[in-house]
Amino acid sequence: MPEITLIEGLLQAMDEEMARDDSVFITGEDVGPRGGVFRATMGLYEKYGADRVIDAPLAELSIIAVGIGAALVGMRPICEIQFADYIFPAFNQIVNEAALTYYRSNGDWHVPLVIRAPYGGGIGGGPYHSQSVEAFFAHAPGLKIVIPSTPYDAKGLLKSAVRDPNPVMIFEPKKGYRLIRGEVPDDEEVLVPIGPANVTRQGSDLTVYAYGMMHYYTLQAAAMVAEQDGIECEVVDLRTLVPLDKDTVIDSFKKTGKALIVYEDNRFLGYGAEIAAILSDEAFEYMDGPIRRLAGPDNVPGMPYAHPMQEYFMLNPDKIAAAIRELAGY
Amino acid sequence: MATGVQIVHQTGDLDDAGLDLDNKTLLEMYWQMVRARRTDERAWMLHRQGKIAFHVSCIGQEAIQVGAAYAMRRGHDYAHLYYRDLAFAFGLDYTPAEFFLGVFSKAGEPSSGARQMPAHYSSYQRGMLPASSPVGTQVPQAAGVALACKLRGEDRVTVVTLGEGATSEGDFYEGLNWAGIHKLPLVCLVENNIYAISVPMSLQMPVPNVADRAPMFGIKGVIVDGNDVLASYRVMSEAIERARSGGGTTLVEAKTYRPTPHSSDDDDRTYRTREEVELWKQRDPILRFEAYLRARGLLDDAAITELEARVRQEVDDAQAAAIAAPDPAPEDALFPIFKE
Repeated sequence: MPEITLIEGLLQAMDEEMARDDSVFITGEDVGPRGGVFRATMGLYEKYGADRVIDAPLAELSIIAVGIGAALVGMRPICEIQFADYIFPAFNQIVNEAALTYYRSNGDWHVPLVIRAPYGGGIGGGPYHSQSVEAFFAHAPGLKIVIPSTPYDAKGLLKSAVRDPNPVMIFEPKKGYRLIRGEVPDDEEVLVPIGPANVTRQGSDLTVYAYGMMHYYTLQAAAMVAEQDGIECEVVDLRTLVPLDKDTVIDSFKKTGKALIVYEDNRFLGYGAEIAAILSDEAFEYMDGPIRRLAGPDNVPGMPYAHPMQEYFMLNPDKIAAAIRELAGY
Repeated sequence: MATGVQIVHQTGDLDDAGLDLDNKTLLEMYWQMVRARRTDERAWMLHRQGKIAFHVSCIGQEAIQVGAAYAMRRGHDYAHLYYRDLAFAFGLDYTPAEFFLGVFSKAGEPSSGARQMPAHYSSYQRGMLPASSPVGTQVPQAAGVALACKLRGEDRVTVVTLGEGATSEGDFYEGLNWAGIHKLPLVCLVENNIYAISVPMSLQMPVPNVADRAPMFGIKGVIVDGNDVLASYRVMSEAIERARSGGGTTLVEAKTYRPTPHSSDDDDRTYRTREEVELWKQRDPILRFEAYLRARGLLDDAAITELEARVRQEVDDAQAAAIAAPDPAPEDALFPIFKE
């Protein structure tokens, strides 16, 4: 089975879906001959032409809104926002328009739209090329949100997103675009359903919940504490943030009684806060220690440019391992 | 400020040479305008009686709306309307019965299942794209609809409407930018009624006409007297034909006026004089069209009496049916947010 990078998984997904379905097209800044600033769409312009890989004007609002309009009448647009940090001009179109259309039209209209956006820090991007924005969108009803942490899931989730009749946002851990590698079969269709979380390591001492780049680091941290401290972590890769796989989240907590939720966004009201709330509400009897969140610091933006400050903000396997040890001590 | 294209001049002069509307259609358009006016007036009355919670009016703008609807290939072209487009919606086969289900927010309301405020038009069958409340958002969406039609090689045209206030939103510029770049089969119709709630044109934009902005998008801009239904029909027909034949997008500005407050929650006495409103009432689009039809021998007092009685009966029946209809079940609030 060939080993590929996470961004190659995304490219393969788009290539296959465009070949399968004529209604799939891509738009975004620099997605055409340039192949995207991260090369996620490399070669697709040459293969599918200017009508299906459309370089958009530098205007995020209309990259999304044009996608919404095309989706309303049966196209399957994949809209790329170059960095998640720049998605906010399109916030209204996403949360007020795409997200609500099916509900507010009484099911008459739907918006099969995919929004791709690289997110996250650790790449020397400063405050406007490093943000994690998933919590804003997870709060708004009507958006499916997926964050892959492996090449297999990146490919399989993006292909499922293209086929989904609803707006799906896929936030891609850009630090992991080429860092994260994994085996993906080339002789069978790879589809990962939107919804189910994935228990990626079995353990009994505590559960670590994570997604995206933090899941990648969490597996490293779990291996570290198992070897050095004999602590056996269960690791849950959430993969789909909305709709959340509550059963898998709660079942693991019932097994271990302790939860550490790792996310790189600011801690206050971040996505992990909801996981913590669900566990304390729905699995209180199983609680065997504080429900902990390990996240970016509060009250400062993610993240500063200079390397020492960036590393201070950014989580890493060592910081996660330290938090695991502390929680395991309860 | 330009007056725009006219056919039925305020002076009574007529410029209807070459007009391609038969007598039956002319009378049907008149009926649509009267039907929208009486429906709208009834909603105001019901609001003043405390029987409905909210109404947003199309009064005064029936000419441009009916003219535009009749210029479309109805059931084939797409329309992305805004909340003031009752007469436009009627022109696309929406009915008073549906409208009253909306203002009474009853079960079975077709646009949204009564989940949205009234006058947020949406109909999949009729190609009426789903309207929301934030103004201007429909413009770049309509560009996307037109892009899809162009990519698929369809000959459908998309008509998107908005008020002049919404042209201040970034959505308007971004949408028309796409339309210009890709020469999209789109008509952007701005119903310029001079006020965005209370804010007048002069504080909304530094140019005297919305259509003056067309060159910045590389598209054609046209101004029409929006109170002249025949001129509106002609200008919209030309714009739609241009879009259908590959000539790209037109920005049509219809000069009109809203003689009512913005909505049932507004009081327009706080921002404009009664004299100004009275002046515009003399330019009423229905009176203009009536004068034309009388001059052409198509309408007389007896015909008007008959038509008014017919419209009144339809409005009465629609209102009664809506009152008799059940409320939505409370748990209809839980309609799925995702399509299966």
